[in-house]
Amino acid sequence: MISWFPLAEAPVPEGGLFDFDATLPLMAVQVVILTFILNKLFFQPVGKVVEEREGFVTTSHKDAKERLAQVERLERDLKAQLQKARQDAQAVIAAAEDEVATLYKTALAEAKASASKLREQARADIEAQRSVAAAALTKESRQLADLIIQRLVTI
Amino acid sequence: MLLQTLLPLAEALPASDPELVVEESHGLEIGQHFYWHLGQLDLHGQIFLSSWILIGALLSIVVAGTRRMERKPGGLQNLLEFLWDYIRNLSREQIGEAAYRDWMPFIGTLFLFIFFCNWGGALVPWRLVRLPSGELGAPTGDINTTVALALLVSLAYFYAGLSRKGLRYFEYYVEPTPIMLPFKIVEDFTKPLSLSFRLFGNIMADELTVSVLVLLLPLFVPLPMMFLGLFTSAIQALIFATLAAYYIGEAVHEEHG
Repeated sequence: MISWFPLAEAPVPEGGLFDFDATLPLMAVQVVILTFILNKLFFQPVGKVVEEREGFVTTSHKDAKERLAQVERLERDLKAQLQKARQDAQAVIAAAEDEVATLYKTALAEAKASASKLREQARADIEAQRSVAAAALTKESRQLADLIIQRLVTI
Repeated sequence: MLLQTLLPLAEALPASDPELVVEESHGLEIGQHFYWHLGQLDLHGQIFLSSWILIGALLSIVVAGTRRMERKPGGLQNLLEFLWDYIRNLSREQIGEAAYRDWMPFIGTLFLFIFFCNWGGALVPWRLVRLPSGELGAPTGDINTTVALALLVSLAYFYAGLSRKGLRYFEYYVEPTPIMLPFKIVEDFTKPLSLSFRLFGNIMADELTVSVLVLLLPLFVPLPMMFLGLFTSAIQALIFATLAAYYIGEAVHEEHG
């Protein structure tokens, strides 16, 4: 048929390496048909499965990423809350300590004041009694002295 | 040393003239075909027979592997998905993100068909089947098959360019400068020529080398050459598919700016 090589010029095909004939177009048709068959049987179904899986993996990956982000956000929130709670507790403790210190100081001052007042009073009492006693002693000693002088004079 | 071992073997052959050996011994049958006649048309029957067997093998693997598809692949499905991924990467790299989906089945079919033909030609013990004339072998070892494939590639890239860009496709011929016009026109002829002859030459040469070696020194000596042949066969399938994808990619490529 399409034979232009000298080896195949004879009416009865002699063969040869470069023997072109109807094998060529039929083989082309066969390969085109095979392309369509393989497209239906192989490329489309396998492609569908692979792409579905790729989609699944991508979605799962995105989901996981989102969840991770959420977890991180929650962790951050909780950490912040914990920090705040700690600070609050610290503040409460400090306030309580301050209050205690103030109370202690007030109580101490009051106690000191009352103690010094008592001491002053006691000292004043002692002073008064001593002066009374001294006065009585002076009077008595003068009487005694008078008595002694009288006796001596009478003798 | 080697010559001394070779000489008695050569003398033991039925005829000393190598041409005659080729014709008579049925060891080497180059350029002989098993003709089928379809009306006025002549067909190379052995090519169709072996290609049908190999296409059957390919299709049965595909059908068996895609029968029950699961999200977690195993066995044959895994292999098919690997092939699919391989072909997708190949066509995406060469054709580009925009158009590769349309051409992936074509590139994949070329790759799988050529790969199966090449390996089938090397691995299947075709000699067990006796034909009245010629012998079964790799369908890609016949110039008709490779030219058919190469012409399909030519048609494909013309169609790809024209359908994507319309008549603007022909801007490609004068793209950097109009001086390129004759070279680009010549390229349209050299592309199918080089594609077909590269594949044909490699497979043919490999089959010839192995047959000659088998004829001269049977059993273990041709084995390394056979392994080399398997390697070349796989590489040739890859080269053909890659170049086809590259030509299509060149045709659909959009110049920006």
